[in-house]
Amino acid sequence: MGVKIGEGKFFERVDKGINDKFMRKAVKEAQTRLEGRKTQTTEEMGNWEDWRDLSEEIRQHTLENLDYYLDQFVENVAKQGGHVFFAEDAAEANEYITSVVKKKEAKNIIKSKSMVTEEISMNEALEELGCNVVESDLGEWILQLDDHDPPSHIVVPALHKNKEQIRDTFRDKRKYDKSSDPNELAQFAREQLRKDFLSAEVGITGCNFAVAESGTVSLVTNEGNARMATTLPKTQITVMGMERIVPTWKELDILVSMLCRSAVGQKLTSYITGLTATKEEGDVDGPEEFHVVIVDNGRSKILGTQFQSALQCIRCAACINVCPVYRHVGGHSYGSIYPGPIGAVLTPLLEGYDDHKELPYASTLCAACTDACPVKIPLHELLVEHRRVIVEQSGKSSFGEKLAMKGYAYAASNPSVYKIGSSSAPSFIGHVAKGEDGHGKGPGPVKLWTDIRDLPEPTGDTFRKWYVNREKGGGKS
Amino acid sequence: MTTGTIHNKDKFLRKIADQLGRKRRTEKVELPKWSKLPQYEVFDGLSKDELLDQFVLQCENIHTNVVVTTQAELKEMFPKIINDLGGKSIVHWKDPRFDEYGLREALENQKKSGVSVHEWNKDLGKRNIEKAEQANIGITFSDVTLAESGTCVLHSDNGKGRSVSLLPEKYLAIIPKSTLVPRMTQATDKIHEIAQKNGRMPSCINFISGPSNSADIELRLVVGVHGPVKATYIVIDDK
Repeated sequence: MGVKIGEGKFFERVDKGINDKFMRKAVKEAQTRLEGRKTQTTEEMGNWEDWRDLSEEIRQHTLENLDYYLDQFVENVAKQGGHVFFAEDAAEANEYITSVVKKKEAKNIIKSKSMVTEEISMNEALEELGCNVVESDLGEWILQLDDHDPPSHIVVPALHKNKEQIRDTFRDKRKYDKSSDPNELAQFAREQLRKDFLSAEVGITGCNFAVAESGTVSLVTNEGNARMATTLPKTQITVMGMERIVPTWKELDILVSMLCRSAVGQKLTSYITGLTATKEEGDVDGPEEFHVVIVDNGRSKILGTQFQSALQCIRCAACINVCPVYRHVGGHSYGSIYPGPIGAVLTPLLEGYDDHKELPYASTLCAACTDACPVKIPLHELLVEHRRVIVEQSGKSSFGEKLAMKGYAYAASNPSVYKIGSSSAPSFIGHVAKGEDGHGKGPGPVKLWTDIRDLPEPTGDTFRKWYVNREKGGGKS
Repeated sequence: MTTGTIHNKDKFLRKIADQLGRKRRTEKVELPKWSKLPQYEVFDGLSKDELLDQFVLQCENIHTNVVVTTQAELKEMFPKIINDLGGKSIVHWKDPRFDEYGLREALENQKKSGVSVHEWNKDLGKRNIEKAEQANIGITFSDVTLAESGTCVLHSDNGKGRSVSLLPEKYLAIIPKSTLVPRMTQATDKIHEIAQKNGRMPSCINFISGPSNSADIELRLVVGVHGPVKATYIVIDDK
């Protein structure tokens, strides 16, 4: 799938999002519930800020010593019989993964939820080999069946769909004939996917946190699908972003606790699974072969910059769940598999500004994201920093904005020009308010406003003229 | 055990060090003294009985039935619970604690009453997985039990298959009260000790909190997805 999703320009995607009434209602309710649950579980702790301070310290220390902890982790994996591949980019990662699958002559692959495999378009690479790749997370399975609809949330990927749409997808693709009751829909997924779990030769997972001291990969889940994918197939491949690591099990405790509470308001999810290399001799279940693929794909260039704290992210989506902009435009508007505030920070860092220069502006800078972040990433400050970089260094601000900025700077320092400039406003705004079609649908920047309501037509006077007139004793009102 | 392979390590880690503006860190890095340790404050100083109260309260939140019993009463309780769960077929770990807590006899009695009972047996290989897949009830002990989150911690080994707590429709955990600790912290502290001793880790450590569930459809909670659809805990007051 790649980081970039969807077609069209930023404002076209936003338009689509804003006009999707079901999606907006779903997102609003989801935000309210997720945020409510999080607040409840964090408030009862009493010392949430202490937990945040500790979590931030752990993430900062780990990133500062990332080479050391990765080294320790991979040596421990190999010592216990696992294989490790460091991949610079998506192509290298996919080449290794497909080579393992080829060697195993595997056709059936079962996957548990993993953002990084989306990022590197792994499914497509495996499908090109002729493999049957099945997503087993319920939300991801729904999206896969629905002709690979992109995810709109990093924890609840099918958030934008209602149960009737899901029922229709199951009916059209899998001859489902029951109701839209989520219990029945989930039961159907259980029946359908059981045989996929049992027949898969290779299981592929993401990784919430790797533990350096023991060479363990941990998975934080609720449905049991990740356990299936790591219990039944003979070969396991785990794909992880290079920053998903903790020094010891003691720090794992803290970050897992923060992730569960911040993501879904649970004290712990139903399953926290720590997997260390292959099964032991004499074990019946678990993989005989274990591979870890550690992916850079643009992360290392964030290290050592003013954006380094973005790598502290533990992918809980707490920032997404409080964002007023996400609430209205939905996940697909961001054009990235990473939406919301963290997506607006991370996407331009991973993919460059060219396709994503609007994202740092898709924020009100209200700082709700920063307050919500369990590892204290200063998200809104990083968005401001992006804007600074865009305007000052990359020259990627839109032509209109540059012209307007330059024009304003010149005019503001030249009173006579400023006077002429502002007195030309009424006729210009009058044109805009009536719109290009003369019926109140304005162009460009005011379109979002005029879509909903008419701009007031100017009265024909500027404040300056009115003021001068008033001083002369001729002012009305 | 054969050692695994590692590809591209040096180049990859050198790039990280370069970005961080320093040389590769190969000398042991000491963990800093963290400014705060809030995890040890949770349920600090609570007795086992008080921890049990917290545990039982939490189980309500995670849709899990809890039965608290004594070892003497267990023999009577056990068939009732199995019956409530629908009987039929059981798969359980090969674990000396079944004898220690008098459950061997209870399982034999189940067999006599027509319930299929399968003990995990490494010599039977894949047959175990088939048995687990068909079983109505999977039974394991809890190695460490977390009061705060209602969690059973399970360490895998030859007799303790991963499938037993995963594939059957219902999961039954036997929890000696002595295994109760405040929270995840005490469990991970112990695992940290295993790792420090530099021995082989259990290949799979599971923290299980109730039945499988999902909220992927309209954020409505569905209990029972790919793992067990129902979870029951029996706490044995052993000390």
